[in-house]
Amino acid sequence: MADIFQFAVNALSLGGTYALLAIGIALVYSVMGFLNIAHGDLLTLCGYGMFFAIGFGLPWPLVIALGVLVAGFGSVLMERVAFRPIRGASQDTLLLTSFALSAAIHVVLQIAIDARPKPVPLPAFLSGSFNVGGVVFGTGQTIAIIVTVLALVALTLFLKRTTLGLAMQAAAQDFDTTRLMGINADRVIATAFFIAGILAGIAGVLIIAQRGSVDPMMSMNPLIKALIAAIVGGTGSLYGPVLGGIILGVLETVFQTILPGEALLFRDPLVLSLLVAFLLFAPNGITGSKVERAR
Amino acid sequence: MSAQPILNVDDLVVKYGAVTAVKGVSLNVNEGEIVAVLGANGAGKSSLLKALVGLATAHSGQVTFLGQNITGARTEKIVPMGLTLTPEGRHVFPELSVRDNLILGAATAKGEALADGMEAMLEQFPILRERSDQMAGTLSGGEQQMLAIARSLMSRPKLLILDEPSLGLAPVIIAEVFRLIDRLRDAGTTILLVEQNVAQSLAIADRAYLLELGNMTREGTAAEFLEGVDLKSIYLGG
Repeated sequence: MADIFQFAVNALSLGGTYALLAIGIALVYSVMGFLNIAHGDLLTLCGYGMFFAIGFGLPWPLVIALGVLVAGFGSVLMERVAFRPIRGASQDTLLLTSFALSAAIHVVLQIAIDARPKPVPLPAFLSGSFNVGGVVFGTGQTIAIIVTVLALVALTLFLKRTTLGLAMQAAAQDFDTTRLMGINADRVIATAFFIAGILAGIAGVLIIAQRGSVDPMMSMNPLIKALIAAIVGGTGSLYGPVLGGIILGVLETVFQTILPGEALLFRDPLVLSLLVAFLLFAPNGITGSKVERAR
Repeated sequence: MSAQPILNVDDLVVKYGAVTAVKGVSLNVNEGEIVAVLGANGAGKSSLLKALVGLATAHSGQVTFLGQNITGARTEKIVPMGLTLTPEGRHVFPELSVRDNLILGAATAKGEALADGMEAMLEQFPILRERSDQMAGTLSGGEQQMLAIARSLMSRPKLLILDEPSLGLAPVIIAEVFRLIDRLRDAGTTILLVEQNVAQSLAIADRAYLLELGNMTREGTAAEFLEGVDLKSIYLGG
């Protein structure tokens, strides 16, 4: 019984972190129509933000806040510098630009800082554990689940209760008509990138708390997992990427548990085959919208 | 001294790459009028309208609204000035509720003005009140057209442009849409109506223009149009 609780906490915390990243990818996809490959690098930027904040001797709540904000504004800056000038270009152009942007960020970080990992020692209690009635829970994992749920609730309220949130949903359904409402297209898109960046920053804090370091290439694995979560779940709504993230978290935890030691290296290939299966048989994902999108 | 027209379009040219969709069109709309722009498919009507609201770029020419030059201005500047387009094919936001669609129509309004506008609109369109929590995509074509027009009215436009509001609707619903347009004019909204449905448009319009292959080939009062024009030539674009 205790095993099941621990299994659930592991799966949900992992899945929740993927979901935070996947929602950002889906948000940007829904208003701009392309998968932003450079989205993963926001994790890295968050990590370096925290690394330097620790170097300045800031207290750790400020370190975390700064890391999240660096990712949020980094995302807005990406849109402003790289994607706004080519808005309206084909999806292929936007996709390739995001690859180029990601490669450029890697190189700049390698040259300007270091190709080797830098330590980001977050408070020890994050990697500790606590005991409830004989069941041991990882503190970091539990916090990850709580933070993910809070972020989702906040995002849902924003999308449903504010005009800007409604405008973002509308823009995802029909961009030109949204502009006909007198809504500022630049503002809607910048907001989508900002929210995507903040969520990536939160995921970044959770991921870096686990691994304790940051390096220029660290985002590759989480990015691929988030892309899988977004595609498996579907990008049409908030629930799609969350569902995709949780499925991925559960599968990885299952494979981690049931695969014998020598087969463990097949964990990622097995997860990737799931992506291939979805691309072949259900390219719109589990929650794929049946409504034809007008763009 | 004659009144300044609310909208004045002077020698407007719209190009898509090498294709010239609108070839030097001039027209004006005076306050309180219904002005119809008639023409067959591909005559350049939608390109003309997109250029008016800033969704397409004018190659040359000038658009003046309420005395201000809005040529090349951005849509989000033009709409709050009181110029609103209800697009062809209705384009309600299918996965948002009827109420949320209306809220977005008043995206440039705030707070109390929004609540008042919403109440007035639901008063005017009882069917939308009935369906206010339904997803807009589940409405019938006629209901979606009513919603699209109501959504445009939420911004309290001084000039409402309707692009093919009768397209794809059943005859009995079409009649209802035209009655609504007539009622809106009586309530003080100036309307630029772009239609393929010539007879019913001329029945409610004050003046009309005929657009053929990107050129204005005829203009006059609705009565002059009804007498002089071979209606078939408009339908067939000949």
